Amino acid sequence: MNFRPSAILDELVDRWLSKVAVLVAVYVTFRGHNAPGGGFAGGLVVGGVFVLQFLTGREPHIRHRPIRRPTLLLGFGLLVALVTTVIPLVVDASPLESHIWKLNVPFIGEVKVVSSMFFDLGVFFVVVAVVLMVLLSLGARGESLVGDDGVGAS
Amino acid sequence: MLFVAIVAQFAVGGLTLLGLRRRPANAALIGLVVLASAAAMIVAEGVGVESTPRSRVDWLPALGFNLTLELDGFAVLMSIVVLVLGFGVLLYSLAYFEHDATYARFVGLFMAFAGSMTGVVLAADLFTMFVFWELTSICSFLLIGLNDTSESARKSAVRALLTTGAGGLCLLGGVGILQTELGTTTFAELVKLQPSGALIDAAIVLVLLGAFTKSAQFPFHFWLPGAMAAPTPVSAYLHSATMVKAGIVLLARTSPAFGQSDVWRWWVIVAGITTMVIGGWRALRQTDAKLLLAHSTVSQLGLLTVLVGMGTSTALYAGVAHLLAHAVFKVALFLGVGVIDHELGTRDVTKLAAARIRLPFVTSALVASTLSMAGVIPLFGFVTKEKALVALLDAELGLAGSVALVGVVLGSVLSVAYSVRFLHALLGEVAPDGTRGDDQQNGEHHSSTLIARTLLGAPVIVAATASIVFGFAATQIGKWLVAPSTSLDVLAKSKLVLWPGVNDALIISVVVVAVGAVVGWRVPLAVSASPNSLGERMFDAIYDSILSASKKITQVSQPGSLPIYVVVTTLVVAVAALVGLLRDGMPSFDAFVTDSPLTVSVALLTAVLTVGVAVVSVRFTAAVFLGGVGYGIAVLFLMRGAPDLALTQVLVETLTIVIFLLAMRSMPRNFIPASKWPPKAVRVLVSVAVGVLLPLVALAVYSARRAPSVSDEYFTRSVDEAGGANVVNVILVDFRGFDTMGEITVLAVAALGVVNLVRVAERNRRERAS
Repeated sequence: MNFRPSAILDELVDRWLSKVAVLVAVYVTFRGHNAPGGGFAGGLVVGGVFVLQFLTGREPHIRHRPIRRPTLLLGFGLLVALVTTVIPLVVDASPLESHIWKLNVPFIGEVKVVSSMFFDLGVFFVVVAVVLMVLLSLGARGESLVGDDGVGAS
Repeated sequence: MLFVAIVAQFAVGGLTLLGLRRRPANAALIGLVVLASAAAMIVAEGVGVESTPRSRVDWLPALGFNLTLELDGFAVLMSIVVLVLGFGVLLYSLAYFEHDATYARFVGLFMAFAGSMTGVVLAADLFTMFVFWELTSICSFLLIGLNDTSESARKSAVRALLTTGAGGLCLLGGVGILQTELGTTTFAELVKLQPSGALIDAAIVLVLLGAFTKSAQFPFHFWLPGAMAAPTPVSAYLHSATMVKAGIVLLARTSPAFGQSDVWRWWVIVAGITTMVIGGWRALRQTDAKLLLAHSTVSQLGLLTVLVGMGTSTALYAGVAHLLAHAVFKVALFLGVGVIDHELGTRDVTKLAAARIRLPFVTSALVASTLSMAGVIPLFGFVTKEKALVALLDAELGLAGSVALVGVVLGSVLSVAYSVRFLHALLGEVAPDGTRGDDQQNGEHHSSTLIARTLLGAPVIVAATASIVFGFAATQIGKWLVAPSTSLDVLAKSKLVLWPGVNDALIISVVVVAVGAVVGWRVPLAVSASPNSLGERMFDAIYDSILSASKKITQVSQPGSLPIYVVVTTLVVAVAALVGLLRDGMPSFDAFVTDSPLTVSVALLTAVLTVGVAVVSVRFTAAVFLGGVGYGIAVLFLMRGAPDLALTQVLVETLTIVIFLLAMRSMPRNFIPASKWPPKAVRVLVSVAVGVLLPLVALAVYSARRAPSVSDEYFTRSVDEAGGANVVNVILVDFRGFDTMGEITVLAVAALGVVNLVRVAERNRRERAS
């Protein structure tokens, strides 16, 4: 396989497909609580975007910014999940116990926010980071895209 | 309050190691203040009060394990010894280490050690003692290995840690037996119960093993001289005055409870006597003053073990008294030799004599302490040794008593002999071979300031003075010691006198001193010791054989061959399934639903693709087939009403195929026969067996449900409690959110593993290229 930038695919993937797919991913993640979807699936959709970008011969990036430190994202995701796990302990509830807020958003109406949503977001970030890391390290041939501390070498 | 005294010491230790690394002297000053105030608090709380102060922190109340501290008479005596000697040694260390880089570590670990030791002596039950006991082992390991660039220091540290750690495990076993058999490990309760029986005997042996390893009793005596690799303040404090006394403290606490058992008595007497004689003999043969003292410590510990463990009240009292005497004279001796080493740069007994010109005060203090060690009137060591002999003469224990008496007399002769050798070294002629001149030059090179010399000398002189004063004030000290020993055993009431009048014990003493002096003065026994003693060599042999055996076991159980791993794992699963099926019969096929021809066709297609994966020889094709299998299963999920699973499966499959292909770029096009074993027939057989058996097990499991499914409950609770209608997602993020937390952690670790494996492979490739 030859990974040379291809103008048409590049245009297509970059300009349209990736943006739509990220929107889909966000949608999939947030609808997860009530319909099929969730952080894991959403993260995999974003992972699919990166795969497409990668196959068109570029580094995975979002809005023209390559993601240089997937390990940071990994840590961030784990931290979000961990914090959501631990916070109920502060208010004397059992770990990961859900709290439901009902917010009144102007023009939209009542929006129900469940605290476990943040946990799912943590899962989302972890999955995105894992896909990125695997892609960057296995996808590189000869010289690594991932430098010595996870910083892109290119 | 008692916990505060301990925690404060740990806090200073932690502060030093974390925050004050650059200013260890300041940390040491804080440590001195803490040690002094802890000692003051112990005196204020524990001396002359009606009821003994006690504090408790619940740990595992359901199992009866709590941290309990009690400040009875013995605890007061021991904690004062621990804290006051700690104060002296820390003061000394200020000048000893000077600008040494390891000083901060020393201060931190020293304070942690002092805290642990205070915990050991204050513990009111065996469990609490065990906790602090292990802490002393760890601190001591780190302190012996303080000079971490020296291989011998590291080796000695490991020996000490493993020996005392093994003993600690034995002790834990003893704690467990006592707790389950008697329901308590509190010392006072144990004394009241006077337990006996076969299981208790096992517990006794385990407790004794703990005490013997800690107090360097035969056959575990080898680690203590090795621990002399540590700097002088460490040796002086840990390996003469405190840590090795932990074993004696344990014996003292448990001897009133177990002392009447034959198992206990014989073990204690035989181990103690053997240790005393071996230690004395080896001390006599050393040429390094510090090693001479180390072996003498081993020998004295043997005596203490006999006295404290023998199980008679007078002996216990004598043991407590000698414990105090030994702590006082031994700390002076160690620190004094340290001063000479520091100032003259030598510890060789043939060169010590030069010290008396340069360090007259320290030398006199050493002489006084040595006389106390030999048991010469009017020093405190004489008083306590007299008491010990009287106790042994009075003990009516039959054969055991006679063995103990003969052994102690023999050991005492050796004690006097090595003391005389040490005195000879101090007071003898200055070596004529010009060493003095060298030492003078060295001395000038080393020469310390007046303040430093005062700091170094003061603890030595104070401790030696104490040996003298305690001797003259024997009656008074004896009265003070009544409270500590009666707190162990109510009958252990006795008194001390400086001049007991002419009796059997005094006659024995005179003979012992006379014979010992002749042996020590005249008999040329000193040899430069072999680098490792027999005990150390045996330890190393056992240690090495354990390591090589574990290596061999690993080689067999972890051959590193992927085919073998897969065969073993799948075979085990298949055999387990087969056994289950043979025992419970074949499952019914009712659950095997075929609701639509579409399901059947998808399943068939998936099966064909699966076979395809196994038979094709091109990697790329295999990967595509594998992806097909995944998609097929996703379709089945969807048809069976699991859209969440299906969605995730499709996404995962997609990504997996791409990643497979990426990885395959650097692999050969075709599969190569990687290993000859297992042969093809075996592989096919194993695969078929697993393929047939596992679906049967799945069916059996499905039809074996008796309890109602947990998902019903999840359905009802999902919307109300977790605010989500998708129960699968609610399970993932709420009901079983902990599992998810664990899973994403595993995922993260796996990703880091992939990144690093690739990086290592690349580095290797680059190195090979260049």
